[in-house]
Amino acid sequence: MRPFVFTQAQNQEQALAAAAANETAKYLGGGTNLIDLMKEDVERPSELIEVAGLGFQEIKSNQNGGYTLGAMLSNADTANHPDIRRHYPLLSMAMLSAATAQIRNMATNGGNLLQRTRCPYFYETSMPCNKREPGSGCGARNGMNALHAIFGWNEQCVAVNPSDMCVALAAIGAKVQVQRVNGTTRTIDFSDFHRLPGDQPEADNTLQPNELITAIELPKPAFSKHYYYLKIRERSSYAFALISVAAGLQIENGTIVRAGLAMGGVAHKPWKLTRAEEFLTGKLPQTKNFEQAAELAMREARPLEDNEYKVEMGKKAIVRALTQAYEKNA
Amino acid sequence: MATTINVSVNGKKYQDEVEGRLLLVHYLRDKLRLTGTHVGCDTSSCGACTILVDGKAVKSCTMLAAQADGATIKTIEGMAEKGKLHPLQEGFKEKHGLQCGFCTPGMIMTAANLLEDNPHPSDEEIRHALEGNFCRCTGYHNIVEAIKYAADKSKGGDIEHADAKELEKPLFEVPS
Ligand SMILES: Cc1cc2nc3c(=O)[nH]c(=O)nc-3n(C[C@H](O)[C@H](O)[C@H](O)COP(=O)(O)OP(=O)(O)OC[C@H]3O[C@@H](n4cnc5c(N)ncnc54)[C@H](O)[C@@H]3O)c2cc1C
Ligand code: SF4
Ligand code: FES
Ligand code: FES
Repeated sequence: MRPFVFTQAQNQEQALAAAAANETAKYLGGGTNLIDLMKEDVERPSELIEVAGLGFQEIKSNQNGGYTLGAMLSNADTANHPDIRRHYPLLSMAMLSAATAQIRNMATNGGNLLQRTRCPYFYETSMPCNKREPGSGCGARNGMNALHAIFGWNEQCVAVNPSDMCVALAAIGAKVQVQRVNGTTRTIDFSDFHRLPGDQPEADNTLQPNELITAIELPKPAFSKHYYYLKIRERSSYAFALISVAAGLQIENGTIVRAGLAMGGVAHKPWKLTRAEEFLTGKLPQTKNFEQAAELAMREARPLEDNEYKVEMGKKAIVRALTQAYEKNA
Repeated sequence: MATTINVSVNGKKYQDEVEGRLLLVHYLRDKLRLTGTHVGCDTSSCGACTILVDGKAVKSCTMLAAQADGATIKTIEGMAEKGKLHPLQEGFKEKHGLQCGFCTPGMIMTAANLLEDNPHPSDEEIRHALEGNFCRCTGYHNIVEAIKYAADKSKGGDIEHADAKELEKPLFEVPS
């Protein structure tokens, strides 16, 4: 690993000031992604500003009935928190399907939002990759791309976002709170937080330089009864998703009054299935409706050379996740 | 640039100057000579380097020593007390939970965190908890048995430590 300066910020102002003073500094959450990437020489910060000890470790209920999750709380403490298990079991289930106990103990919620793609070309510094080195080309576009995107990609980058937590957050409809150097804060809708590659494949999200994530806001719970996170992977544990589906249904008098649906492993960002959600609203929770929703969701899929399987798998996964969500507590 | 860290490791307090990029596992192995914590993959995959930091199992190959400032750390060397094996160590011995032994320290530390959170796990819960610990020898069956042994043993109160004469003297002298 290249040498760097380790800065232990005492409070958020210090952290923000340190970041503002050094263009090549990075915040350090748990380090489970960043330190790995520094070992691989993919990330080369000249300074790490540790933020894990700044506070922001709470889970609070809000007046509007929603909850706020501290950005520096660990994934394990979030997923196992009694309020989260009870009111947002979809989020718990997705988070507990990720990584391993030791990594969830270290990983923070803020860091999870910013974890980088697992595209093998991104990790291999001898290969071209526009995300790692803008302008160098995309190794995966015409290389091995079985693990890559079927939605929203372009010639510049075909990578997928690897986070399980983020798929559940997209289905639930969360918001991200950030703190800026000038002392102001802003709140970003989850659907605007991650981005598609566009002409800036190096940017995974819409954070501005130095912005510090302080919290994730969850809306009033809607899917605490009917929910399922289906993660399809090459082995049954400890692997990233080939495809995942977060499904939540709010059912009243036998009818779906609200659906939350998002997919992982298919795009540069967690892929919210808005059209399928709208279609399901007002319908009966029946297989034929689930199948139609899946058709709608996958209609615009554009597979690459090696990942056509994801289209069919995606449809089946949506139907299965919705069925499991419905049958849970039916 | 060096950072000063204060840590407590297996009940002993240390203050050291560390370089930012020094990994915690290297601090433990090379500086404190606690070589029971192994390095298998160096990429947070295999779990051989698992230790307890403030009671939580973490992979010490992907943590900086500087991140451990102020922490209470336990490694495999801290498990036995007063010459008596920890029930997990005893379980691995009794149930043949190891062959080459390379993965064992990491397995035991991960299992210690599991039993702390869930003193009587099912087989499935044990297997799920061990998802980040690879063993190339045993096929896991006896590891699960070993952890169940420890869970049974500590049922109903304080953990009892078994006899272990082996522990009274080190296997070899460590140069200081
Ligand atoms: C072997 C392995 C398997 C894994 N499997 C899965 C899996 O199956 N599913 C899954 O979803 N994830 C998986 N992960 C990824 C894991 O979830 C992430 O590494 C973790 O969530 C990152 O959190 P962190 O706090 O350690 O982030 P860090 O590594 O500390 O940081 C990641 C990025 O976020 C930035 N950052 C951190 N905190 C903040 C903040 N508050 N504000 C602004 N920027 C910040 C950092 O600068 C860095 O760029 C796996 C990881 C490993 C190592
Ligand atoms: S898909 Fe994206 S991350 Fe992968 S090689 Fe292409 S540009 Fe790099
Ligand atoms: S050596 Fe740390 S996980 Fe393998
Ligand atoms: S006993 Fe040899 S690796 Fe587990």
